[in-house]
Amino acid sequence: MFKTFIAGIMLGVVAAVVILHVFSIVDQHRDASMITVEPNGVNIERFHVSLPADRIMLGSSAAGRSLPPGVDWPANPAFADLNVELFKLRNARNTVVGVASRIVATDATTERVIEWLLHLPARGSVYVTMEPVSVDDDKRRGLLRQGTREFATLSGDMTERWVAAPGSGKAYGRIELKTAFSGTPEVL
Amino acid sequence: MKYVLSLIVGILVGAGLVVAAVLANPLAAPGTLSPLEVSSRPQLVLNYSLAPADAIVYTNNGEMRSTPKPDTVQQLREAAISHTDVTVTTMSGGTGKTRAIGIKFASLSNSTRLLRNEVMIDSVWHVYVPGSGTFIVAQRENHFGYLRTVVLPAMWSASKQWRGLWRSNVTSGPGLLGTGRFVGGSGEFAGLDADVIESHTVRAYSAESGPVAKEGQLLVELPVAGEVRGNLP
Repeated sequence: MFKTFIAGIMLGVVAAVVILHVFSIVDQHRDASMITVEPNGVNIERFHVSLPADRIMLGSSAAGRSLPPGVDWPANPAFADLNVELFKLRNARNTVVGVASRIVATDATTERVIEWLLHLPARGSVYVTMEPVSVDDDKRRGLLRQGTREFATLSGDMTERWVAAPGSGKAYGRIELKTAFSGTPEVL
Repeated sequence: MKYVLSLIVGILVGAGLVVAAVLANPLAAPGTLSPLEVSSRPQLVLNYSLAPADAIVYTNNGEMRSTPKPDTVQQLREAAISHTDVTVTTMSGGTGKTRAIGIKFASLSNSTRLLRNEVMIDSVWHVYVPGSGTFIVAQRENHFGYLRTVVLPAMWSASKQWRGLWRSNVTSGPGLLGTGRFVGGSGEFAGLDADVIESHTVRAYSAESGPVAKEGQLLVELPVAGEVRGNLP
């Protein structure tokens, strides 16, 4: 019986090591990426944010503008010209695939700053600095400043476009984001 | 029957030994000294509270110990973001004066392996410093030491509380020295790439409501003029 007990211990050690080594305790869900590749090799991917449903937070010094109710936005004058928004990010199938922050700021030392940080937990993050001046009323271009993990070696640009829901003015609609990224060409 | 019973008890003892060995591994000691702390280059230091109650906004999937703040904020219940926390907080400089606002996205990583003493989190900060500009910090964090020294003892204690002092660097990559990457976006940070370390200090933790007194610090080693960094690995 003692030998069986010892054999059990060894079996338990091996089983525990194998289980801890092979199986991750985290299963990060990933939806299939919806990417189209253009003839020049640029990967196009579209995301969007439905408003107001996907807005997690709006932080603004303007009285009564911060959302959701109960957000205690700092009254520091240094943040007077700062708007911070957090969103859930959806892919072209309308599935939530990540979260995103959008910072808009103006102060004496910097030009108008508009930036996006897209965080796709299973893939990595994308940091885009937008041009301060829009291409037209609702469309703005920006450059990929840096990506992480899956996006680490990519370069390219992103456009944001506000599409208002018919007859709803500015209150309802969606922000469409179109990324056009490409990798470094392989040396043959 | 007694042979089957002794085999089962043996298996449980063996598995328990492995778990004990993983938790007691002396080689998994916390990294208390940052490679950047001994640097002579100029540094940017930002301090902040990591207790959800101190955040401007904190949200998660709604099933964690830490409850979202405010309680009207959307929870991250969708499958792709259910292992992600979002924190918006003010950050202070060395004088304690509010200096910046930071947004942190932190997601549990598939690369987590307890056998290697790794509880990994992929995180990214988006920070605005008035008068200076914007930047991000991208890093891989290892929270094994926090789990072993703070969270598990709190869960095992009769009071469900942990009190003490635990300080460690949580950044473990992607830089070769275990540093994270700072990428400047605008203002005086525009075009800068640098190394960064995030460290956490915990003084009180509740197994029922999460961190009670937990501070964080971002320590950025600013590059000297003319230095060029490449893409993130």
